[in-house]
Amino acid sequence: MKRSNEPVAWGLFGAGGMLLALVGPGLVVATGFLLPFAEPAAAFHAVDALIAHPLGKLLLLAAIALPLYHTVHRLHHGLQELHAPLPHGLVALLCYGSATVLTIASASWLLVR
Amino acid sequence: MSDSIAIYVARYRPGQDEAPTEQRYDVPLSTDLSVLEALNYIKDELDPTLAYRWSCRMAICGSCGVMIDGEPRLGCKTFLREFADRGELHLRALDNFPVERDLIADVERFMDHLETVKPWTVHNSERPVSEGEYRQTPAELERYQQFSQCINCGLCYAACPQFGRDDSFLGPAALTLALRYNLDSRDDGSAGRMAALNADEGVWRCTFVGYCSEVCPKDVDPAQAVNRGKVASTINYGLNLLRLARGEHDT
Ligand code: SF4
Ligand code: FES
Repeated sequence: MKRSNEPVAWGLFGAGGMLLALVGPGLVVATGFLLPFAEPAAAFHAVDALIAHPLGKLLLLAAIALPLYHTVHRLHHGLQELHAPLPHGLVALLCYGSATVLTIASASWLLVR
Repeated sequence: MSDSIAIYVARYRPGQDEAPTEQRYDVPLSTDLSVLEALNYIKDELDPTLAYRWSCRMAICGSCGVMIDGEPRLGCKTFLREFADRGELHLRALDNFPVERDLIADVERFMDHLETVKPWTVHNSERPVSEGEYRQTPAELERYQQFSQCINCGLCYAACPQFGRDDSFLGPAALTLALRYNLDSRDDGSAGRMAALNADEGVWRCTFVGYCSEVCPKDVDPAQAVNRGKVASTINYGLNLLRLARGEHDT
């Protein structure tokens, strides 16, 4: 039997789900509810400082990329489960492809910042 | 409670009948009568042509699985009293398998999959009897005991939408048994089972629907086992990448 490459997708899916469960609610509260009430300049400097630090960059990239892979994995398998009459190779390519493009875009942006 | 219950049985003789048709049998109702005993009553008293499978009558042999009101269940572990209020129940052969005749499903595919995962203890070297038995601590037994309760009834295959869609999927019970032996301290066969687990037809066809664990009459929790198989397969994938990076053989 041929080895499946699904562990890559599933690994990213699992990591994304775990990360979302851990930091998701905190992120929503911080960016959605607390940030609007913060003093704008102070908030800007705080976020800017986070992005400036390599560890901050890494953290942000993880918080962006892993949930992305989690989401597209769900979407891909969900569509299959619903017996959507779509070419699944193409759906997979679009799903994981778009997550990869967005990940690369975020990584490049974080690098030049 | 009325004194009889209507049992509708899907009758089917492949090659003769176009499609299964339901036949009604009225069976005297008593609180301690199981669905299997009701079938025995039908066969003995009403219609000797009815075909179904059974043996132990006590949820051990795994042969009496049928769809009871659309749910995969053991006939010997399901009692008529549960359906007394409605006054009827419907039986058909297990879903996701070809029908051999009436309530008998052809579970050959399931048996093949079981064999694929080598569900027996594999020893690298046979130990002479004089060296005594293979010993195991209670903790070592605990690691796989739950997964060893499987009676190969196939209910989880009738419950699994992925197996229903494509029966090349090794399926819940076979993957559970693979884990059961991989977790056994007396076994040396893990490496030989991983190829099957690692395949698309192995653990990766599962999307964690979980219905298999719901219908399992022995609380084996195959869904949990398959998911643990995914973790094992992911680790195996990573180790294989390392081997490839070192220029070693792909396994
Ligand atoms: S795992 Fe449960 S449902 Fe599946 S074959 Fe074994 S005992 Fe039956
Ligand atoms: S007759 Fe053996 S499990 Fe039901």
